[in-house]
Amino acid sequence: MIITAAITLGSLALLAGLLLALAERKLPADADTLVEQINQLLPQTQCAQCGYPGCRPYAMAVAGDSVDINRCPPGGDELIQQLAELLGKEPRPLAADLVPATTPAVAVILEELCIGCTYCIDACPVDAIVGARNLMHTVLAEECTGCELCVPPCPVDCIEMRVVP
Amino acid sequence: MSAPTYDLGRLHGGLRLPAHKQASTAQAVLPCPVPRELVVPLGQHAGDPAKPTVTVGDTVLGGQVIARQAKRAGASIHAPSSGIVKAIAPRPVFARQGDDGRCIVIQTDGKDRFIAAAPPCADYRQQTPEALTELIREGGIAGLGGAVFPTAEKIGRARQGNLQYLVINGVECEPYISCDDMLMRERPADIVTGAQILLHVLGIDKAVIAVESDKPAALISLNSAIREAQDPRLTLRQIPSIYPSGAEDQLVQLVAGIEVPSGGLPSDVGCVVQNVATVAAIADWITRARPLIERITTVTGDGVSQPVNVLARIGTPIASLVAAAGGYTDRAHHLVIGGAMTGKAMSNDAIPVEKATNCAVVLSALPQPGPELNCIRCGECAVVCPVQLLPQQIHWYGRARDQAQLQRHGLMDCIECGCCDLVCPSLIPLTTRFREFKAVSRQLEQEKARATRAKQRFEAHNLRLQRAQQEREAQLAEQKSTARSAGPDAIAAILARSKDKKRSGDTEADD
Repeated sequence: MIITAAITLGSLALLAGLLLALAERKLPADADTLVEQINQLLPQTQCAQCGYPGCRPYAMAVAGDSVDINRCPPGGDELIQQLAELLGKEPRPLAADLVPATTPAVAVILEELCIGCTYCIDACPVDAIVGARNLMHTVLAEECTGCELCVPPCPVDCIEMRVVP
Repeated sequence: MSAPTYDLGRLHGGLRLPAHKQASTAQAVLPCPVPRELVVPLGQHAGDPAKPTVTVGDTVLGGQVIARQAKRAGASIHAPSSGIVKAIAPRPVFARQGDDGRCIVIQTDGKDRFIAAAPPCADYRQQTPEALTELIREGGIAGLGGAVFPTAEKIGRARQGNLQYLVINGVECEPYISCDDMLMRERPADIVTGAQILLHVLGIDKAVIAVESDKPAALISLNSAIREAQDPRLTLRQIPSIYPSGAEDQLVQLVAGIEVPSGGLPSDVGCVVQNVATVAAIADWITRARPLIERITTVTGDGVSQPVNVLARIGTPIASLVAAAGGYTDRAHHLVIGGAMTGKAMSNDAIPVEKATNCAVVLSALPQPGPELNCIRCGECAVVCPVQLLPQQIHWYGRARDQAQLQRHGLMDCIECGCCDLVCPSLIPLTTRFREFKAVSRQLEQEKARATRAKQRFEAHNLRLQRAQQEREAQLAEQKSTARSAGPDAIAAILARSKDKKRSGDTEADD
């Protein structure tokens, strides 16, 4: 009697285990949706201040638990709060090595100084700078996220950050 | 009067307010003289400001187009009288509560000459609805009820829906304002003609003219005008005088019996609403070639000597209107443009009359609500809210900056009527708060749209880099495989050839 019960239960457990293992392999993991959810909350500035080359890469790192949730200056405290809520973590202040974001600004190229080197075009994560080699460049203010990534590569320092009116 | 009255019970909330209208309706509409200088604001309509089509020094005639809105959606602006364009410069305007906005300043010549023009069409019935809509745009007609939405645009959007009723709004429910009342008393025939034109444009055959039941004189004159026109398509209806039954969605609810859906338009329930003054302006333009260059404005309050309705050209300073009403009394202290509920306090009386200026109230004192207390959750505000919102909840969620809950509680459906302010026992300025919350939530929405675009651009950017990388790799691989398939002999031959070339180049250089 006991043996029958043990065999029945044992085989049921085995079957369930196999099914679960199969499901984990075949069905899409929800890591992707988590990354998507996190990315949805991020400000999409693509400024890379978090140490990752853009908002989505940071979202992937946060989802993979390989980085803290307090490394996004443009998102500020509000974002940290939202991420903490989403991930069930303790909210903490912005990481000490990062500078808190100031008023939103957009990059402006002083066009009379621009030498047309295209370095800023390569640096822009959202393709918001237009221009060609040896020709003046300009920033599409509507598309600029204010990430400041174009400022350091400029050899003639002709890019300024201006506060949005 | 025997026009049927709508049932009060159909409308939620609202308040009975003291009308303050007797004083200004005691005498006929007074024509205000054309001032020496007319200041015509460029930002009068909903949408982008108009662009001037005249330059400084130009001579203009009354009725001549002086500015157009950039987009096709807008309405034109006309010279209100003849004269010379003196400046196109910032002047105090209503839109900025008495601060400067861009205006065309016309030095009038006192002759008041008009551009010689035949009526734009001899018989509107011969015109297609599209052509008439275009004419209405050209005539500068915009909603005179207060929103100044270009009428051609409103007609165009409404025509896309399944229309049943044209509702003509003569429900002037806000305290102090009586300009529409006077218009209905004095020019009922124009309202009837305008309604007929609009019915033709909209291709429908039911027009409801809705008038508040506390305006017997207007009801009588409209009734006889309708009888004279012998047009069975027009019906006159009384609306119980309760604030804010004249608000567009509330009026539609009374007429159609259905509520306008949240975020929807009256055309979603088969209605299009036009103010009586707008309708009269359409008649003026289509039958008499007189574009929208003047309007009736109520000048009232305990700060003016003889409260009255004046017929003023667009661009006439409020100060001239007050002068026409006998000037200020000693007690005059505050100027409010618009009614007592939705009006805005102005910092100075040099601002000109615009298409939207229905009323100027001069008061000795503004109601001082006193210090704000905590919300005690009595729920009085929810009882009076005509949109059936829960103002106390919106107030709490707004303070907590809970955007999701604010949207869920219909913040954007608030019509800013001010009823909740009046009944709040804790004297909380709810409507002002809601305006702030709305502005914040609009800004957040813009930021969100921006972030979405940045995300798309970032993804496209990465895709492009990836593609370039792949192309480069493919090219390299191809070169490698070509070299490999050619075999070592071919490579040796190529190397020898290049060496030869180099040597011969060297000798040439030596020569």
